[in-house]
Amino acid sequence: MASFAIETENLGRIYKIRGSKKEKKIRKELVALQEVNLQIEQGELFGLLGPNGAGKTTLIKILVTLLAPSSGRARVSGFDVVAEPQLIRPRINMVSGGESSGYGLLTVRENLWMFSQFYGLSSKEANRRIEELLTMVGIADRIHTKSSDLSTGLRQKMNIVRGFLTDPEVLFLDEPTLGLDVGASRDVRRFIRQWLEADSSRTLLLTTHYMVEADELCDRVAIINQGRVLACDRPSGLKQRLQRDAIFEIETSPLNGLSAEALESLPEVRKASLSETENGAKLDLILIEEAALAAVINVLSQREVRIMKFNKREPTLEDVFVDLVGRSMEEVEKVEEDE
Amino acid sequence: MSSHSSLAQHPGKVSGWRLFLKTVLARAYPRVIGQQREKSWMFFDIVLPLGGVIAYVLVYKAIGAPAEYVGFVVMGGAMTAFWMNVLWSMSSQLYWEKEQGNLALYIMSPNSMMAVLLGMALGGMVATLLRAIAIVLLGSLMFQVQYIVTSFFQLLAVFTLAMAALYGMGMMTASLFLLLSREAWHLSNLAQEPIYLATGFYFPIKSLPFWVALGASIIPLTLGMDAMRQLVFPSGFKIGFLSVGVEISVLMALCVAFLVGAKLLLAHMEKLAIREGRLTESRR
Repeated sequence: MASFAIETENLGRIYKIRGSKKEKKIRKELVALQEVNLQIEQGELFGLLGPNGAGKTTLIKILVTLLAPSSGRARVSGFDVVAEPQLIRPRINMVSGGESSGYGLLTVRENLWMFSQFYGLSSKEANRRIEELLTMVGIADRIHTKSSDLSTGLRQKMNIVRGFLTDPEVLFLDEPTLGLDVGASRDVRRFIRQWLEADSSRTLLLTTHYMVEADELCDRVAIINQGRVLACDRPSGLKQRLQRDAIFEIETSPLNGLSAEALESLPEVRKASLSETENGAKLDLILIEEAALAAVINVLSQREVRIMKFNKREPTLEDVFVDLVGRSMEEVEKVEEDE
Repeated sequence: MSSHSSLAQHPGKVSGWRLFLKTVLARAYPRVIGQQREKSWMFFDIVLPLGGVIAYVLVYKAIGAPAEYVGFVVMGGAMTAFWMNVLWSMSSQLYWEKEQGNLALYIMSPNSMMAVLLGMALGGMVATLLRAIAIVLLGSLMFQVQYIVTSFFQLLAVFTLAMAALYGMGMMTASLFLLLSREAWHLSNLAQEPIYLATGFYFPIKSLPFWVALGASIIPLTLGMDAMRQLVFPSGFKIGFLSVGVEISVLMALCVAFLVGAKLLLAHMEKLAIREGRLTESRR
């Protein structure tokens, strides 16, 4: 294997799940990852984009040496995650969205100092970095606040600082802006970019199910669903796949039983994705030819569905996802939840 | 990539025994400093145990028990603080850490998990020592308990060994509770009351049948308290379960057994966590 910051080769993970009390001996298998092949260069900000349950966190857990793969191999900073975890651990760190790590009775500074000690930083250096990083994320005034008194957004900023504090070679961010408001998410994204640009040897792997986040931040994005990587390219490259298609967003009155399949059966309609809105429905269409729109409008009027808003737009990563998976990320998550 | 072969870009970081020591001190910090911030500890950790002590003293006085028994109870009350700390803040701790999301961060950091457990133990011991001293001082003043120490050296040795063995046991059961229990507090609850009886917190262990007392000696506080009572009360030797020398030897053996057990179980827990991926996952 050539040396990349992160490299996986046919990586797979199967969870064995115990059945109910009556079926204690029966163990079901859940395939969380299958045949994942990734090569991430040093200095890259790489995004894993996929719905909840797609396998993103499982992949991260394997890469940070918290979980053994069931098949295949993975290397981080040139070291094998199974055979050489002790060589990987000083070089990495991880922050997860919505985590509540640390101790509520300690202040922000004390919590961060404690975690820095687990990586062997000198107290002087740790305190210097804590002040610097807290200033960068805009919560320097909370340095002496008990972490139990922080809001969700401020707490997540503290967690982000914890991850960056040890200046890892490879940083893993698992849904770092989960549950944050727009402003806090923007601050976090800006900080991530700043950190990465300050040193070309730093590598960052970010998982998200926010399309805009992946599009805005990442050098390359892998779209993952049901444990498989479906596509991997620069965001512009992924969107390029749909450049020749016509993409429409239509807001309508309730669809009166009209299904995505019915629309997709029309000639020249590549993908149709439906979602309910407050006043009716939203229709995302990927058409091979713009002329196919007439047939769609015809079907809508036959069903007495009124068009409230109509918009032709450039392809987004959401469209790429729909094109690859056949459903929007929201729909996939809903199906997963129902199951 | 050249930077992959060394940690040269992190000149400020230490490794080896210095990292071990830093981890121990850092993990002890929340207990030594953080736990004192909630002033309610004075009520829950001193006033409430003292209430139990008072109740037993009054019973002993009412039935005309020997005067030393009051001292036994005061000492037992102080040592209860350590047992409670080991049970709720050591044995259950990895479970809490898992729920909090800290366990995964501990495992994936370059430090040793033994250092994390030792830090918990050290911090817990120091914080509880404050509470135990307060209980002994208040109890002794209230009931005018008199202590006559026959050997300071032996007393120090017994106390140190009892603490090392007790917290070693806590370190071992921390992994055990995590492996066995879906809800750690059930196990803690289960262990709490029977141990009060079996270890003789409020009476000499010699009062129990020999085999019961011997069985209870697996809890280091049993022999620790018995030896300390023999060393600080004039009639202590008469009610001692075993001789102080034998009790010191057994405590030493328990120390080694529990610390080795802690290391082995911790390694097993970590291996299982990585293989199955469940133990580091919070269920919240």
